[in-house]
Amino acid sequence: MDTPLIEFKDVTKRFGSRTVLDRVNLQIYEGQVTTIIGLSGSGKSVLIKHIIGLLKPNEGRILFRGKPLNEMDKDEMDECRAGMSYMFQDNALFDSMSVYDNVALPLRETTNLGKAEIDRRVMARIEQTELNDAIHKYPSEISGGMQKRVALARALVTDPRIVLFDEPTSGQDPVRKNAILGRIAEYQRRFGFTAILVSHEIPDVYFISNRILALYQQKIVFQGTPEELEQFEHPFKDEVIQSLEGLQQELTSLYSKRQFKVRYYAQLKRDTAEKTYVVALFTLEGMDDVVAGLGHEAAQEAIRSMGVLIDRHFGAVGGFSARRGMNEFVSVLPYSDLAEAGGIVKDFVEDFRGQGIQDISARAFRRAASGGCVEFTIRVGLAQGQPISGIDAIVESAKKQQKEVARLRCDS
Amino acid sequence: MTLNENSQNSAEQVRGGRFVSLLTWPFAAMGRGFIGWVNHMGSSTIFLFLACLKVFRPKQLSKIIEQVYYIGASSILIIILVSFFTGMVLGLQSYHALVKFGAQGSLGTLVALSLVRELGPVLTAIMITARAGSAITAQVGIERISEQIDALDTMRIDSLGYLISPRIVASIISFPILTAVFDLIGILGGYVSGVLLLGANPGAYFYRVQDSLDFKDVTDGFIKAVVFAVIVALVCCYQGYFAHMREDGRGAKAVGLATTSAVVLSCVLVLIADYIVTSLLI
Repeated sequence: MDTPLIEFKDVTKRFGSRTVLDRVNLQIYEGQVTTIIGLSGSGKSVLIKHIIGLLKPNEGRILFRGKPLNEMDKDEMDECRAGMSYMFQDNALFDSMSVYDNVALPLRETTNLGKAEIDRRVMARIEQTELNDAIHKYPSEISGGMQKRVALARALVTDPRIVLFDEPTSGQDPVRKNAILGRIAEYQRRFGFTAILVSHEIPDVYFISNRILALYQQKIVFQGTPEELEQFEHPFKDEVIQSLEGLQQELTSLYSKRQFKVRYYAQLKRDTAEKTYVVALFTLEGMDDVVAGLGHEAAQEAIRSMGVLIDRHFGAVGGFSARRGMNEFVSVLPYSDLAEAGGIVKDFVEDFRGQGIQDISARAFRRAASGGCVEFTIRVGLAQGQPISGIDAIVESAKKQQKEVARLRCDS
Repeated sequence: MTLNENSQNSAEQVRGGRFVSLLTWPFAAMGRGFIGWVNHMGSSTIFLFLACLKVFRPKQLSKIIEQVYYIGASSILIIILVSFFTGMVLGLQSYHALVKFGAQGSLGTLVALSLVRELGPVLTAIMITARAGSAITAQVGIERISEQIDALDTMRIDSLGYLISPRIVASIISFPILTAVFDLIGILGGYVSGVLLLGANPGAYFYRVQDSLDFKDVTDGFIKAVVFAVIVALVCCYQGYFAHMREDGRGAKAVGLATTSAVVLSCVLVLIADYIVTSLLI
């Protein structure tokens, strides 16, 4: 693998007699979204504050592109920090400055750009974060969600190469949480920066993360992909992931990817080979247009509404469902075959065309940042499997079978 | 030796240890206090030095002007009010004292010298500490505890240069100007009470004011004002900037304690510095 962008080697941090990080080792790679998960107060914020230089370790070394930070001279350190940006958990906005001035501050103070160019860049970020109406307001005059977006706009206005997000979704409702994560994922794809997140949003954060780092009892106990985390056996999983997923399930009524697999193994894997089940894979297409036309929150509301609809329909006939990706849902119909599942899906599609899609669009429009006309389509694919075959292969097979079943048009 | 004797011995040792620690406690506390004081002196000197160095970074002028307005221009009303009544009280008291010796003609001398040499710089410094100094500590302290100063550092904006240097320069500009205003209005206050209300000779009053004041009196007053400006700005900014490191409180409580410490310490240091500077200039 490449040289890590940032590497911790036996980093220990103490506050008085309390050890917060104990010989932490980790690697963060360039161009990826890396998320640090762990319980509240476990030292996640302390960990990322070491990266930006707000805290220094008592022991151990932090390497940036293979070079220890404590061996860098001032110019090297400046260069290293020049491309970094940090979004604080509590936003850390300047309450005596307007939203515009908060976002413009790093450009005014650290660049020699002219007024017009600063204005152009600031307005671009303000528009992207849907803050046009709040531009002259002070942080105390806007909601917590808007303050988060101001902090996000300020973190991105300098076009950083590395952005550290300290719990960017704290204090937000489920739709806004996903909207912020969606926005981070979109910007990361568009601008190609390295994103380092601290988050509790399990499993939603898995959808946007390339790598997960698990901080547990002052140490990093896991580093790897979200898929690898599912195979990881450690007390961390029982104490942290399951408690956070339980909360998430209450909010969205859907299983997490890991819970989905647990149920799959519990219900189907032990059955005899003759028994079959069917996987239905739903994709909400055209989300980019929804984001562009109505904003991130409307897009997330549409996805959430669709998840609730799928779970309600398939749960009633003994199925179980999970969110699979940013805009994908998977449902399993146990002890069913393609013919039976086809009938169930047909009923679902009829309901969906009749009322469901209208509900989704209505809910999305209620969250819309601006009025507009958007189109999106629903695709469904079915595949039959047996307990001996792996669920992932069946889901892939269902993906290949997907076809359009419903479409919302502007004139409908 | 029996078990009982053993336990008696250890109990005596504990009592002896307590007695020794009781005796050494005052010295230990003094030592801790002294080390803490040396530590603060050192860090505040470095703080001042670095803040002064960063005065010359780009884009400082607008921030300095903003702070001159906040520390200087916004304090002018309170300075006028305090100086006028100080001058009136001075005129009143001095007139009644001088009448006993038949020397009421020297009223202008007494009022002018008292104000220009001592009361002007000292009371101006104390009034600015109360009005602007406390606000500086509270503002910087809140910026510290709400991570706004950390945010500046993460944006590569030098927090000392951005927040502290303009305030120190603005204080150095504002204090002498406000002291001059204090002196002038105070002399007018002395005129109102001594001449208009008590009947002293107006010509003699202004003649004595003009005759008794040397240029050195005025420059000495300004030197004091500059020294007080540095003291007040340093103490108030330092207390706010390091509010998060206080051991006697956290969060909002720390900001409150820092503000109290800043005001008390500034006033005490101004009076101590007044004596030292006066003894050097006299």
